[in-house]
Amino acid sequence: MGFYLAQFLTGLASASSLFLVASGLSIIFGVTRIVNFAHGSFFMLGAYLAYTFVNILPHGVLGFWGAIIVASLLVGVIGVFLEITLFRRIYKAPELFQLVATFGVVLVIQDLALWIWGAEDLFGPRAPGLGGAVRILGEPIPQYDLLLIVLGPAVLLAVWLLFNKTRWGTLVRAATQDREMVSALGVNQSWLFTSVFFVGSTLAGLGGAIQLPREAANLLMDLNVIGEAFVVVVIGGMGSVPGAFLASVLIGELNAFGILIFPEITLVLAFLVMAVVLVVRPWGLLGKPDAVLRGADGPPEQPLKPFTATSKYLVWALAAALLATPAIADEFVLVLLSDILIFTLFAVSLHFIMGPGGLVSFGHAAYFGLGAYGAALAVKYLGVDMISGLVVAPIAAGLGALVFGWFCVRLSGVYLAMLTLAAAQITWSVAFQWQDVTGGDDGILGIWPAEWASEKMAYYYLTLALVGASVYVIRRIVYAPFGYALRAGRDSQLRVEAIGINLKSQQWMAFVITGIFAGIAGGLYVYSKGSIFPDELHIARSVDGLIMVLLGGIQSLIGPIVGAVSFTMLEDLVTRLDYWRIIFGGVILFIVVIAPEGLAGFARKILPESLTGKKNEGVQI
Amino acid sequence: MSLLDVTNLCKSFGGVRAVNDVNFSLEKGEMLALIGPNGAGKTTCFNMLNGQLKADRGSVSFQGQELLGMNPRDIWRLGIGRTFQITATFASMTVRENVQMALISHHRKVFSLWNRATNSYAQEANSLLQQVGMEHQADRACGVLAYGDLKRLELAIALAHGPQLLLMDEPTAGMAPQERITLMELVASIAKSSNVSVLFTEHDMDVVFAHSDRLMVLNRGEIIATGTADEIRSNEVVKEVYLGGGSTFDTGEKEKTSA
Amino acid sequence: MLEVQGINAFYGQAKILDDVSFSVGAGEVVALLGRNGAGKSTTMKTMMGMVSSTKGDVTFNGETIKKLPSHVICQKGLGYVPEERRIFTELTVMENLEVGKQDKRPDAPFWTPDKLFKLFPNLAEMRNRPGGQMSGGEQQMLSIARTLMGNPSAILLDEPSEGIAPVIVEQMAFTIMELKKEGLAVLLSEQNLHFAKLVSDRAVIVEKGSIRYQGTVKELEENPEIRDAYLAV
Repeated sequence: MGFYLAQFLTGLASASSLFLVASGLSIIFGVTRIVNFAHGSFFMLGAYLAYTFVNILPHGVLGFWGAIIVASLLVGVIGVFLEITLFRRIYKAPELFQLVATFGVVLVIQDLALWIWGAEDLFGPRAPGLGGAVRILGEPIPQYDLLLIVLGPAVLLAVWLLFNKTRWGTLVRAATQDREMVSALGVNQSWLFTSVFFVGSTLAGLGGAIQLPREAANLLMDLNVIGEAFVVVVIGGMGSVPGAFLASVLIGELNAFGILIFPEITLVLAFLVMAVVLVVRPWGLLGKPDAVLRGADGPPEQPLKPFTATSKYLVWALAAALLATPAIADEFVLVLLSDILIFTLFAVSLHFIMGPGGLVSFGHAAYFGLGAYGAALAVKYLGVDMISGLVVAPIAAGLGALVFGWFCVRLSGVYLAMLTLAAAQITWSVAFQWQDVTGGDDGILGIWPAEWASEKMAYYYLTLALVGASVYVIRRIVYAPFGYALRAGRDSQLRVEAIGINLKSQQWMAFVITGIFAGIAGGLYVYSKGSIFPDELHIARSVDGLIMVLLGGIQSLIGPIVGAVSFTMLEDLVTRLDYWRIIFGGVILFIVVIAPEGLAGFARKILPESLTGKKNEGVQI
Repeated sequence: MSLLDVTNLCKSFGGVRAVNDVNFSLEKGEMLALIGPNGAGKTTCFNMLNGQLKADRGSVSFQGQELLGMNPRDIWRLGIGRTFQITATFASMTVRENVQMALISHHRKVFSLWNRATNSYAQEANSLLQQVGMEHQADRACGVLAYGDLKRLELAIALAHGPQLLLMDEPTAGMAPQERITLMELVASIAKSSNVSVLFTEHDMDVVFAHSDRLMVLNRGEIIATGTADEIRSNEVVKEVYLGGGSTFDTGEKEKTSA
Repeated sequence: MLEVQGINAFYGQAKILDDVSFSVGAGEVVALLGRNGAGKSTTMKTMMGMVSSTKGDVTFNGETIKKLPSHVICQKGLGYVPEERRIFTELTVMENLEVGKQDKRPDAPFWTPDKLFKLFPNLAEMRNRPGGQMSGGEQQMLSIARTLMGNPSAILLDEPSEGIAPVIVEQMAFTIMELKKEGLAVLLSEQNLHFAKLVSDRAVIVEKGSIRYQGTVKELEENPEIRDAYLAV
């Protein structure tokens, strides 16, 4: 009995820390509509800064808590700095942009933290006076945990009062719904937003700082906590602070007891709960249906046009060049080109669901990874040949998409995006934790192509053929009635339902199609590398895809190809350097601020009409 | 049997009767206007007819087929077209493609993965556009159309599957007076020539009085009056709850002189 | 007191406003007439600093307000009641009014919730009701009341009668006459000519982003050609 109580209290204590991060994320999302990946970085900075200040300030109760408070406030100030320099510029940008931009911040902060604090884990001191344990029903409960258990509800109350009983809170809630109107009523809304960012990031900083006595500050904290915080915010309902509290307790307890019952799949549990909650309550436990945001959408996409004659020649010329390359290129170039081709297919398949489909997928790595793991497992356990492996890959990914898609199409907007992310995290956790089957962190090795394709040149041609055919088929689908119906559903859900189209089944099928093609890319990838690791399923891989689509521009079908090519080449160049993340993050931020329509969109603006087939028709009033 | 028979239709939201025991029928080729103050239950009523909202009680029979319990897609397939208060069209497609989309759906080809959508049913789409006078703009992007043209495009989309009944929710909302009249004249002429019935809600009394065969006034979820334009205009109860003193729309005398 | 001089506005490449000029005096009601998309809303948004104009000027009490952000323009005493009301549906009536609250201004009537409830008796009965649970007419009242909480000396009303029952529109006309009596300058954008005639002193007709006619409402009535060309009732 006592043991279960202790486990329960541990769960509550973790819930408090999680709640602080998640409530901050939820507040910022509620007002700015930005899904802030960098929120996890705020949490990490809170822990590191607390570590630094605990060592600077005099030891003792005052020094310890002083360090915690200074660290949290400093994180708040960093949040304000980022809001003013970056986020302010992208409030009106599409979700995808914001997401990628915040991921750029994650990369930059990761390298800054590495540079300032080094790669070693930093252990903080215990809280002075709270280092001991209290015995409850015979079980030792750390005093610090008891403090945390009280802290969570206290912060909930404070935040609730702040939002519901002050003029500031009223203004913030009004701005959540209609910022332009709030401004027209005489409220300086940019400072209002900045103050919201301050509150949100301070909470994240506090969450990280108070975690220090329980967990060493480390460089993986950011993405680890952001995954859980997303889950909490989504389960609770985006923008709802009480919801975040409820969900934190749920997840905290789930982790505390889950580890007793299913130690193998603890990571999956949280995401499974999230999927179930969302299907039953599509807006989370205490959330409200997504209000349509005003003034956030750009001009509509242009109608699709067939290739112009010039474009057709260019496509043939490109194909000829790709076919001729092996004659002049060495093996190194061929491997790089194969990589580029594989990621092109990955990006094109992601673009298919995001552009024409209008469904923002944050977890496209799931299908890439399912394809790769599908083929690898088939080789490892069934000993199949390469052709069969390459057939298994899209089937595995397609089946995954069939299952995940069924859940996803029930949702829309940010909730859908979060569920796709959860789906990817589930597959990642399985690959990572189910060591007996997947090899866990060690991955699966020795997946080599068949004899006839083992030469780099042969494998390059195989890749070229499969990727070329796939891209062509995707393009046909986009121009076919199916693709049109999909775009129609994106443009006006109301209208497609009113002309008898079952949008959900269109979208479900779109998920399967995109899954199949991402699976082909995954299959090609595993044979080209000879191995597969869980990393290929991680958030970072999904974000890679998003960056490619963003680089190329979401509104153009050529976009993802341009994006994948430039991304893969840039990555190949940069990752050889130390501190490559900061460069990479910087490049992302630069692009988001300077060329928000993507490279292809940017080119379309400056290229002649003969290439783009565009007609500049302004909006007529 | 009428084309549409609504009997004892009821709907409550949290204890409040939004629509209370509504009964009416609609004949073939008839234009019936549903008017009333905001919150009277017009939209609720409409949404039950088109399947977006579940009714608590009652029956809606279309050519003898019960509509309650069916989803909007199946109701559409029975031959009921809709237009919306705020236009709902596909902004990233051309005008013709918008109509083709409805035709593709009508012919159940939305899962086709290979043929080009732009080549499907282009002739039919063109003749629909001609009906509403939009054939010259067929290749323009829908996103750049003027509002009045969007409304006409929406009408063409609604007519694509040859419906017998059009449900139009505030068809002239947001239009200039002259455009309102032109649009409703177009609707009326199509209704007469193809024998389509029209049920519409509307706030513009000028439009309502000029273009409906019959009017129904809804107040607090109940029908308080039914009749011709003249009967409704002179109905004391209607004046009190809805029309007011008549200073904000054309009174009968003026309209007769201008018509 | 409120003057617009030769402003223009673009949406992407399309010109929405072209050289628009007019003025509104204290205690005067001016109606901005024209069809949907003619540029009425854009004119008001440009005046409020929500849309930027590359040419011309907007002055208020002799001071240029063109390059100022919306909240500063509002703080100077120019109130804006938007199209489609834009009530904060999650907030109660009292909270909606709180958002609009600004300091007292020497040159304008001072409004409190109690004083507003006298002008809009319906609202008094629903102080704690969320905006989302009110009817369209009630929301329109609240939207006007919310803007008045900023104690404006001039007010822009964008299509206040759109989608509202005639009986409420009559009440709206009464409210506008009250504001006029208080000395407010009122700019009203309208499509309902009957309503506009009822309350306004002068009319400005906009068509395709340019002004086609300015004059008193009486002159407009006596000028059927203009009426039929741009309004055609």
